[in-house]
Amino acid sequence: MKSLDELRKIRDQVRKDLELRGGQHRAKVVVCMGTCGIAAGARETMKAILDTLEAEKVTDVAVVAAGCQGFCEQEPLVEIHLRDAAPVRYGHVDAEKAARIVREHILGGHTVDELVFG
Amino acid sequence: MAKPRAYIMVPVDADTVIIGAREVKSRFSAELGRRGLADEVRVLEVGSFGPTNAGVIAAVQPDGVVYGRLTPADVPGIVEEHFVKGRICGRYVLPREYPPEVPSDDDARRTQQVGRVVLDNCGRIDPERIEEYIAGEGYFALGRAVGEMTPAQVLDVVEKSGLRGRGGAGFPTGRKWRFCASAPGDVKYVICNADEGEPGTFKDRLIMEGDPHKVLEGMALCGYAIGARMGYVYIRGEYKLSIERMQKAIDQAREYGLLGKGLFGSAFDFDVDIKIGAGAYVCGEETALIESMEGKRGLPRLKPPFPAQCGYLCKPTNVNNVETLAAVPAILRHGADWFRSMGTEGTPGTKVYTVLGHVNRPGLIEVQAGITLREILNDYAGGMASGTFKMAHLGGTAGEILGAEMLDVPMDYDAMQKVGHVLGSGAILIMNESVGINDYLDACMRFFKHESCGNCNPCRNGLHALCGITGRLKAKEGYPGDVALMEELVMSLKTVAFCPLGQSPAGPVMSALRYFRAEVEAGVDPTRVRPKPAHSHLEKVELGV
Ligand SMILES: Cc1cc2nc3c(=O)[nH]c(=O)nc-3n(C[C@H](O)[C@H](O)[C@H](O)COP(=O)(O)O)c2cc1C
Ligand code: SF4
Ligand code: FES
Ligand code: FES
Repeated sequence: MKSLDELRKIRDQVRKDLELRGGQHRAKVVVCMGTCGIAAGARETMKAILDTLEAEKVTDVAVVAAGCQGFCEQEPLVEIHLRDAAPVRYGHVDAEKAARIVREHILGGHTVDELVFG
Repeated sequence: MAKPRAYIMVPVDADTVIIGAREVKSRFSAELGRRGLADEVRVLEVGSFGPTNAGVIAAVQPDGVVYGRLTPADVPGIVEEHFVKGRICGRYVLPREYPPEVPSDDDARRTQQVGRVVLDNCGRIDPERIEEYIAGEGYFALGRAVGEMTPAQVLDVVEKSGLRGRGGAGFPTGRKWRFCASAPGDVKYVICNADEGEPGTFKDRLIMEGDPHKVLEGMALCGYAIGARMGYVYIRGEYKLSIERMQKAIDQAREYGLLGKGLFGSAFDFDVDIKIGAGAYVCGEETALIESMEGKRGLPRLKPPFPAQCGYLCKPTNVNNVETLAAVPAILRHGADWFRSMGTEGTPGTKVYTVLGHVNRPGLIEVQAGITLREILNDYAGGMASGTFKMAHLGGTAGEILGAEMLDVPMDYDAMQKVGHVLGSGAILIMNESVGINDYLDACMRFFKHESCGNCNPCRNGLHALCGITGRLKAKEGYPGDVALMEELVMSLKTVAFCPLGQSPAGPVMSALRYFRAEVEAGVDPTRVRPKPAHSHLEKVELGV
């Protein structure tokens, strides 16, 4: 180790992983992953969410799978929990909508009204 | 590898290895692989979360779900439910507030984690990957110190922080470093005391197993401050996993050039090696430890000279406890004032305890110095598991026994001293009314007798005699006068025993008498007559039965 800069590089590479484990998140995304959710494409939705977060270099958002919530006809279903705000539920979230929700709601702070369900 | 969505963190320490943590962990990997989730969910080995009665634990992050008491056979079901179907498996979930050490979004839990200095990484990072330590700002304090500070400045920060030795005696660390720094000579040593022989204390082991690099960084900072180029970690041989992880940490640090020659491009060289002890209690005493490192029998040395003048190989040597050294990197990173903002005036910072006995949640905790025993018992250890609080033995066998009157005394070095007690090494053994004081004292004295190094007469023979007395009291067959004799014996030992081991029995005995004299005296059978010693010219010598 020759300099602090070298150390900084290693730190920044690995830091992302740690934030996910740290438990302090700006937001939590719950993807409904019951049988019908998966059948309706929830896996792709989740992947799109993860990819968008990664593309935006966001590391303090938790993405969590949840079980069947009983709204099968609205699948894939995604809930956004921002700190200190009531959760917002979106229905029929395909990959494209998922990316939009991440950008506008989580990063931008505005609910995407036309996608909100319930 | 793709960025994982979740982590399964399995604490693997010497206790959980025995009950199958590694098997549970590999079963998780296998099941996830079978279901094609290996990239999405990563399985990690981490250090202890703290609790010691929750079996094998697996924490899922970022979900904040903690499963406990797992066997490998439970794993397929959990993988299916949690990771495939997304449902939490309620029947394996540990109660919400338990263990408090698992990082989570849950505010109730988080309040117990603020201000962690020593255990902040434990259970959170993979102790076998130096990169994860670095990611949490690890080795930055060292980099800044050698690059931007003089050794004297580092020493000043540690001194101003008010850090006191966490090995038991509470000696101011900065002052100790200064003795060594100002001792003449250009070969000096740093020794990390990881002998941890005090019964009931296992914090140092969990620190080394959970965050070994923190200890190395603390040692290097100490080396820089006092002018030492070599450090040794003296670990007891039974601590197999600690030895393994410390060694791995040393290897990785060397590979990265964080130990070795010219750290951070400076002229400062520092390397660390491990010395393995053979598990004698007395070898935790710093001068016996040094003797043992030199390959001799672990007998305490006469002080002075102190190790700071003539220590290892008669070079100036600084000996600190694992926890003490582990607190140093954070102090350098955040400053002395930050450290002083925690704990109390006389004992700034935090203290790591191992709480055990009749409590609901035994285990490892880190709290602000100065909180009361009652707070520790109720808020951290979950209250009494059965019965009512009778006594607590603080600081291991050499520590003192506290009655219920002391539940509200702040746990810092000075406040304890003010009420006539010592804080000790960090063990808190909590006992309910089912433990008889004479049974307990007898167990303590037998421990000392077993561990006496035998080098000096008062300790060697005194403990033999003490065990005779405590054995009789325990059997309710004490001779009239036994209690007074016991007092006389421990008090003479306190004055004449060569080293602190022989001086220690006074701690538990006198404190037990302070709170439970009547119960101790109830072990005397007034009808018994003390037999005359076989050699009547030794009339006053009581050698037990
Ligand atoms: C019998 C005996 C056993 C001891 N065992 C330990 C031990 O296991 N670990 C430890 O850190 N200190 C132990 N000590 C205290 C050490 O002598 C020494 O004070 C300590 O390592 C200094 O570190 P500190 O200033 O960081 O607390 C023991 C002392 C005695 C008398
Ligand atoms: S007091 Fe006991 S342990 Fe210490 S030197 Fe004497 S015999 Fe050994
Ligand atoms: S999986 Fe059935 S409602 Fe979402
Ligand atoms: S050697 Fe002195 S008592 Fe035996």
